[in-house]
Amino acid sequence: MNELVFFINNVIVAGSVTGSIYAIGAVGVTLVFSIMRFAHFAHADMMTFGAFMVLLLTMAFPGAGAALGLPTAVVMLPLAMLLTAGLAVGIDKVFYKPLRAHGVKPIVMVIASLGVTLMLQGLIRLFAGTSGTSLYVDDRKEIFRLALPFEGVRAPIVVTEPQLILFVLTIASVVGLHLFLSRSRLGKAMRAMSDNPDLARASGINTNLIVAVTWVIVGGLAAIAGTLLSLDVTFKPDLSFFLLLPIFAAAIVGGVGHPYGAIAGGFVVGFAETLAVFNWGVLLRPFRDSLPEWLANAGNLAFVGTEYKIVVPFFLLVAILVWRPTGIFKGKVI
Amino acid sequence: MASMIDVQHVNKAFGGLRVINDCSLSVESGSITGLIGPNGAGKSTLFNIIAGALPLDSGQVLLEGEDITNRPANELFHKGLLRTFQIAHEFSQMTALENLMMVPTAQAGESLFNAWLKPGLVRSQETEVRRRALEVIDFIGLHHVRNELAGNLSGGQKKLLELGRTMMTDARVVLLDEIAAGVNRTLLGDLVTNIERLNREMGYTFLVIEHDMDMIARLCDPVIVLAQGSVMVEGSIEEIQNNPEVIEAYFGASQDATT
Repeated sequence: MNELVFFINNVIVAGSVTGSIYAIGAVGVTLVFSIMRFAHFAHADMMTFGAFMVLLLTMAFPGAGAALGLPTAVVMLPLAMLLTAGLAVGIDKVFYKPLRAHGVKPIVMVIASLGVTLMLQGLIRLFAGTSGTSLYVDDRKEIFRLALPFEGVRAPIVVTEPQLILFVLTIASVVGLHLFLSRSRLGKAMRAMSDNPDLARASGINTNLIVAVTWVIVGGLAAIAGTLLSLDVTFKPDLSFFLLLPIFAAAIVGGVGHPYGAIAGGFVVGFAETLAVFNWGVLLRPFRDSLPEWLANAGNLAFVGTEYKIVVPFFLLVAILVWRPTGIFKGKVI
Repeated sequence: MASMIDVQHVNKAFGGLRVINDCSLSVESGSITGLIGPNGAGKSTLFNIIAGALPLDSGQVLLEGEDITNRPANELFHKGLLRTFQIAHEFSQMTALENLMMVPTAQAGESLFNAWLKPGLVRSQETEVRRRALEVIDFIGLHHVRNELAGNLSGGQKKLLELGRTMMTDARVVLLDEIAAGVNRTLLGDLVTNIERLNREMGYTFLVIEHDMDMIARLCDPVIVLAQGSVMVEGSIEEIQNNPEVIEAYFGASQDATT
């Protein structure tokens, strides 16, 4: 039983955490792609920017969360989402819109976004330094230990406060996004534009407004993902940047341009990572006596070492694309 | 009669190719005006300029006297200027019915506020829009495929859907770009009847690009002939058909040599 708890802690909980962050990140990437048709590389640094705003706000108003019984960082999140949404709209106005007006090829937009990512990262480093800072400025990280009521189970299931908040916010964002896309007229207009922008304009849909709305949503989601990641680990200017490639892998695995696909892709990639580095030898331990000696004494039975974790999403990406060339969900339009 | 659309001295070049060359024309309010011309005459380009899909190099476009030069297509839509596309456009991932239901404007669901806080109002409008969409889809004879994805429809059916789109809202002027191409004869008769009815009963003005001369002859008066980016002649279909300049433009100079 202790082994099972170990499995839950290291695979179920850890996989859900990674999966949630990948999922929210990939939704942002996929939304930009479905509306503007380019791979937005600056997404990870928008995540960092969101987390940085939370850090600044938390330092500015310490103790604000205590009144509500939540970490101050979480209380500051809505404000940071607004600021990041503003940044996203601003970046689009200054960098992407003039390019779009010239009708450039998507690859030019991709390179521009690469420029934006370096610029954002440099700016954040300039103010935040390069070392890690905890987002828990004034309060401390709660850790919940859930003891199981079984005989002989010593180890508890461990979930930290930021992880719980992460699960709640992930579910809330997914449900909210679904309602928005399927119910609201604006969401339907987004679907229309991602399907056929010319026809959307000829049908009276204000495509400039749709682009702005997309950036607001993308900025907000980026702030959520970046903040939750930094809450779980610590704030670092390059933390989200290193997740950029797995997030893209998740978006493509799910079917690029498809928000539900991105969510599925995020969890598939997240769980694949944790399952691949999990030491399966632990689960065999209770059956040690009945196993052949070579198996019983094997030390580490993980598929890959932790240092090769980053390889897993890409292996999975290739494998899934061979099986389904457009991703798990059929990609391209919302 | 007052003019609905005025095109004044419009020029447009793609690179070194001058497609529209100091073109001026006007479409009278309440008319069904035909726009014909040999391939490459600039008909579709002119359409795209009027409809706000292409920026022009110089000149002016007026809609009932109001300057609409280089206004985006979605703004023109709200002013009552609608268009169809030469190669039928559709929202491929939505059903035929949903395609039509995308069109109507100023629905309550458009604003986020209403979508969240007044679901009842949104729903009753949706019902109204759906009712109208069902009527339109009956009319254009696509009732049996209304729940199919529009991307899976045939070329002719997509053309019909294009026409259906313009019937979902109260337009003032509709630009039809080769609506008859790929549509079968029987259906074509219905289309013409329908266009005439919209013109007579609803006061729609039409500007029609068409290669099908029978359809032009049945439907359009006056007819404008475009050649090399500017207006060559304008008049009734009989005048056009007997005009030696037009014959030359269509059939080439060799026609003279044989006569």
